[in-house]
Amino acid sequence: METALSVLVGLFFAVAIYLLLSKHTIRILLGVALLGNAVNLLIFTAGRVLRETPPIIPDGLYTPPVPVANPLPQALILTAIVISFSFFAFLLVLAYRAYQDIGTDDTDEMRLAEPEGDRLPPLGY
Amino acid sequence: MASAPSLTFLVLLLPFLAAAIAPLLTRALRHNAAWLLALVPLFNLVHFAGFLPEIAAGSPVTGGYAWVPEVNVNFSWYLDGLSLTFALLVTGIGALIVLYSGGYLKGHEDQGRFFSFILMFMGAMQGLVVADNFLTLFVFWELTSITSFLLIGFDHSRAASRRAAIQALVVTGLGGLSLLAGLLVIWNVTGVSELSLLLATGDTMRESPFYLAAFLLILGGAFTKSAQFPLHFWLPNAMEAPTPVSAYLHSATMVKAGVYLLMRLNPVLGETALWETVLPIFGGTTLIVGTLLATRQTDLKLMLAYTTVASLGLLVMLTGFGNEGAIAGAVLYLIAHSMFKGGLFMVAGLVDHESGTRDITRLGGLRKAMPVTFAAAVLAAFSMGGLPPFFGFLAKEEMYYAMVQGDAWSIAVLATAVIGNGLMFVIGFAVALKPFLGEPVETPKHAHEGPVLLWLGPATLGLCGLLAALFSATSHAYFSGPMASAVAGTPVPVEITVVPHPGAALYLSLFTIALGILFYWNLERIRGMMTALLNAIGWGPDKGFDQVMRGLVRLAGLFTRVIHNGKMEVYMTVTFAGIALALILPMWLFGEGPAMPAFPQLPFYEWTILAIAVIGIAAVIIAKNRLTAIVSLGIQGFAVAVIFMLLGAPDLSFTQFMVETLSVVILALVMTRLRLSPADHRPTGEKLMDMTVAGLAGIGFGLALLKITQIPFDNSLTDFFNANSRVIAHGRNIVNVIIVDFRGLDTLGEISVVMITGLAILALIRIRKPRRGAAAGTGEG
Repeated sequence: METALSVLVGLFFAVAIYLLLSKHTIRILLGVALLGNAVNLLIFTAGRVLRETPPIIPDGLYTPPVPVANPLPQALILTAIVISFSFFAFLLVLAYRAYQDIGTDDTDEMRLAEPEGDRLPPLGY
Repeated sequence: MASAPSLTFLVLLLPFLAAAIAPLLTRALRHNAAWLLALVPLFNLVHFAGFLPEIAAGSPVTGGYAWVPEVNVNFSWYLDGLSLTFALLVTGIGALIVLYSGGYLKGHEDQGRFFSFILMFMGAMQGLVVADNFLTLFVFWELTSITSFLLIGFDHSRAASRRAAIQALVVTGLGGLSLLAGLLVIWNVTGVSELSLLLATGDTMRESPFYLAAFLLILGGAFTKSAQFPLHFWLPNAMEAPTPVSAYLHSATMVKAGVYLLMRLNPVLGETALWETVLPIFGGTTLIVGTLLATRQTDLKLMLAYTTVASLGLLVMLTGFGNEGAIAGAVLYLIAHSMFKGGLFMVAGLVDHESGTRDITRLGGLRKAMPVTFAAAVLAAFSMGGLPPFFGFLAKEEMYYAMVQGDAWSIAVLATAVIGNGLMFVIGFAVALKPFLGEPVETPKHAHEGPVLLWLGPATLGLCGLLAALFSATSHAYFSGPMASAVAGTPVPVEITVVPHPGAALYLSLFTIALGILFYWNLERIRGMMTALLNAIGWGPDKGFDQVMRGLVRLAGLFTRVIHNGKMEVYMTVTFAGIALALILPMWLFGEGPAMPAFPQLPFYEWTILAIAVIGIAAVIIAKNRLTAIVSLGIQGFAVAVIFMLLGAPDLSFTQFMVETLSVVILALVMTRLRLSPADHRPTGEKLMDMTVAGLAGIGFGLALLKITQIPFDNSLTDFFNANSRVIAHGRNIVNVIIVDFRGLDTLGEISVVMITGLAILALIRIRKPRRGAAAGTGEG
């Protein structure tokens, strides 16, 4: 299973990065969303895959009776999913507002902070 | 001796403590705070003077504390004839300068800050000259650069002042780095990090193959600080500082630090052909250039500044000349120079303060209005001109004695010294006589004698120059003798007195004076010639400095434009190409790639769900309209959620389902309101390039993950959580226990991030462009 998942993670990364390299904000956003899933799957697979049993201790016992799935990556990913979602929402609104105010979704034309032909800093003292 | 080390430590710290309270004190007492603040350097002077008998008897004093003992860095001090005389000059003149600043900047709104800066500088300088450990020395050395930057730029509202401050900082700061490198070379070669121990290493340094490197690096430090040609330009520019700063930095302190360094290392690095050639050549050139440039000036302070450059040249020349007499001459001249130059600078400031100008062509006849100042000026000028019975005379006699040897090299050096001294004689008397003699001239302010705070300093220094010479036996026993011995590394007796002895040295002295008088009558003509000459050259290191600084800014601008060009896809491409290389290259170079895995044997439903995920991500790329792309994004998200579900992670699965649903819904809501085409309009070449980068990065991540899963897994953390989540934390769902209990603080951080993002989103939605809101008349938010 790890082998298959490794290939899938590689594909996820390739597609996410390809989208991120685009100049259009909407494609970059899609790339960000995919990248989140790619990273989550990476962490999940790196913690090894033990199949079906969820890491839950049955009532009346103090430790899991059978080998269970690794709980640590799951805890990490749970945190990561929520954070990547909130960032995705933020980026989405940012892109939307930028389009409203600047009138473009092309990153080449968004040059408010780094205007083209920026002048030199002062040469005096 | 138990109390003496700690008291010395306090003395080293005291100026910095005084600097901290100086502004408060000045707010309360105004300029009279000077009387109180001057007690600090005075206290230090008395403390250091207490060491005089011990040092004069030939036993140096060391002390200090371990700082970083693991690497042999100590906060330690070393007092011998050289450092003690310097410490006395720094503190003694420091006390007079503090008093002088009280009068000079009386009523200035930032006088408190000025006191603070000058006391900090004094602390740095005093630490520099008594430092024993290399690192202690370096720290104080750099502190003098930084505090002198603050002092020179004190009047920071003027561009000239800012330029001078930056120039001094750049030149001496670079020199400081050179010094650090030089000290590290010496440390590595000799294995000692204390000056006191270094002086006992004999010929180790001279015989080392790294001698040349250490020599050049140390000169880099000394020549920048002591303004040797062609690095002299920052010193005259530093005259932009208020006069008390000029009087202090350019008489006994800052610029002497380089000479101190050379003298200190003379027993270790000196007495080689290289040392005895390079130092006199640079020193001699600086002496002649400095005096010639001085004749061109009409501003009192600038005239003095260039003679300071010249004097430093003379000191370097004598230090490198290589016999004991020359060293004794250098020591005597250094002491004399500290006193007469400090005094003359203060006189120049006093004249400026009272008459409103320092231009020598607009001054005259002040002797009646300012008799005390005139007396102080004449006392200093006599010493500077080397007339008996003043200390400067002793210095000149001693150096001439030492250099009368008859070989061509000595004659060349001697001639340089005679011409340089003759020209300095002119400047000294021009500064001391021209403003005071002759017919009274109308000045911007009506001149009268300055207050006691202002004339106390120059008068004291002038008298010291006289008394030190009259009681030459005492001054040689306590100051010049021990100092010359420390510089030479062997006991050097200094016996010269004010009584002239007929001989070559005396005739040379008389010749110098005659030369000086000749130059004095022709000062106007020399000035005209020098101005014409410099105009003909039209370029100097000072202009060069501006060119270098502008070049730096242009280079930085160019670099920024190339690296930081505002094109996001370039940043992204570089970043991901770098990531791909970082993942693949090490694996490839070190043969650490994953082993070829067996073909996975998976149940049918797992293949299906993997296939759905792949179809989902493929569809995102090739979708022709935005809605298809967004829905495809949902497909891969749900596929991932199902994978989590199948592999024992139900919590992840639920969260993933929720998050993906929400993402798709809000993405659809927001994006359908924009007329955007998600299709790709890039040229094919760019697409291929992006595909290569993305493909390589994907392969890198896939291979790295494969490799990770093939090496043994460290289960200890997982075992800990499995074993303890019920026992300690009383929870059966281990994932939840980790999140809310074991790693509860992380979760708090996560919630804060989510909250802040929520606030930011709210803010983004609420801001409206003012003109749009006003024009359309729509409500806010």
